[in-house]
Amino acid sequence: MKLLTHNMLSCHIKGVKNGYPFKIDPVKIEEMDADYDPDFLRHIYPRLEWPALREAAQVMGEPNLPEEVTESMLQNDEEFLRHFHHALLELILEEGALVCPETGRRFPVHKGVPNLLLHEDEV
Amino acid sequence: MKPAAVADVRLTTYNKRVYEPSDDSFALVDALLTHDWHIKRPRLCVEVGCGSGYVICSAARLLEQHGIRAHCIASDISSAALQATQETLVAHSVACVDLVQGDLLSPFLPGFEHKVDLLIFNPPYVPTPDEELSRTDIARAWAGGNRGRVIIDRFLPQVKDILSPEGFLYMVTVMDNNPAEILQLLAEDGIEGKVVLERAADEEALRILCCWRI
Ligand SMILES: C[S@@+](CC[C@H](N)C(=O)[O-])C[C@H]1O[C@@H](n2cnc3c(N)ncnc32)[C@H](O)[C@@H]1O
Repeated sequence: MKLLTHNMLSCHIKGVKNGYPFKIDPVKIEEMDADYDPDFLRHIYPRLEWPALREAAQVMGEPNLPEEVTESMLQNDEEFLRHFHHALLELILEEGALVCPETGRRFPVHKGVPNLLLHEDEV
Repeated sequence: MKPAAVADVRLTTYNKRVYEPSDDSFALVDALLTHDWHIKRPRLCVEVGCGSGYVICSAARLLEQHGIRAHCIASDISSAALQATQETLVAHSVACVDLVQGDLLSPFLPGFEHKVDLLIFNPPYVPTPDEELSRTDIARAWAGGNRGRVIIDRFLPQVKDILSPEGFLYMVTVMDNNPAEILQLLAEDGIEGKVVLERAADEEALRILCCWRI
């Protein structure tokens, strides 16, 4: 699972109000080369929750994302864009868990696939 | 004419626990071929109920063929299906698809509202007694309960929350599901649509819907 996917997921247990973002408990992280495409990054940026990506990236070993992102950084700050690309698309959570920030419920990630199915008493 | 680059059935994994790519899957991919990829260029794509992975793999190839860089997520309730999809993706060297195990669109809601540009679903649409719905084997791939609508009707209210302003939904239905009524239900949520492909197959009258936000 890439961090772009992590950015899209939330804990939907019935009654949970602050189920976003999942905390990541990594057991095995893999790195995979992805084609660098700044145009894609610019398109996807407005749909991201930046603080969630930044925090997830830190846990996954990319500590260089800034707190604030400006338009000019997105346009032509090559160093920033490279870190952004790496965090978003090249760090893969292979094994571990996604942890609900409110309840602490752990959703296992196995072979790169998070299992977000709920138990009967959670829906 | 160059053959359209969709997934290759011979490179697609399925087994007794995973839905085999069938007429409905092919019709859905044929409907995707009619999409105006040059104008409507999706950046985030989600397929619900990916089964063998044949459809999402085809979508990923179409994106690539049109020079569109996108991120895709394929989800299914069945771990066997996700494993099959993983194998199908590897066999086609597709790297832009992540997998999620979950129920319909609930892993993304609430939270990820109005951001998905391309949503794809070939649901369990076969009319069956409602008891069939509690099975957890391969029946879950096709058993749709009363009028084949039980899973579809749980999915429909999620569509308005997930589609981006320029988003599209492609969905398989059959005449037994009453596609006109499905379009009416979506219209009440501000989503317009039409039948983009009709096909008669093995006692099924397939109707592929394409829908978008008004
Ligand atoms: C008709 S098959 C389609 C498979 C594949 N997309 C294709 O077109 O060949 C339906 C798929 O939906 C999955 N499914 C059934 N109920 C689901 C649910 N509630 N949430 C997610 N997936 C579901 C089944 O496991 C199955 O893989």
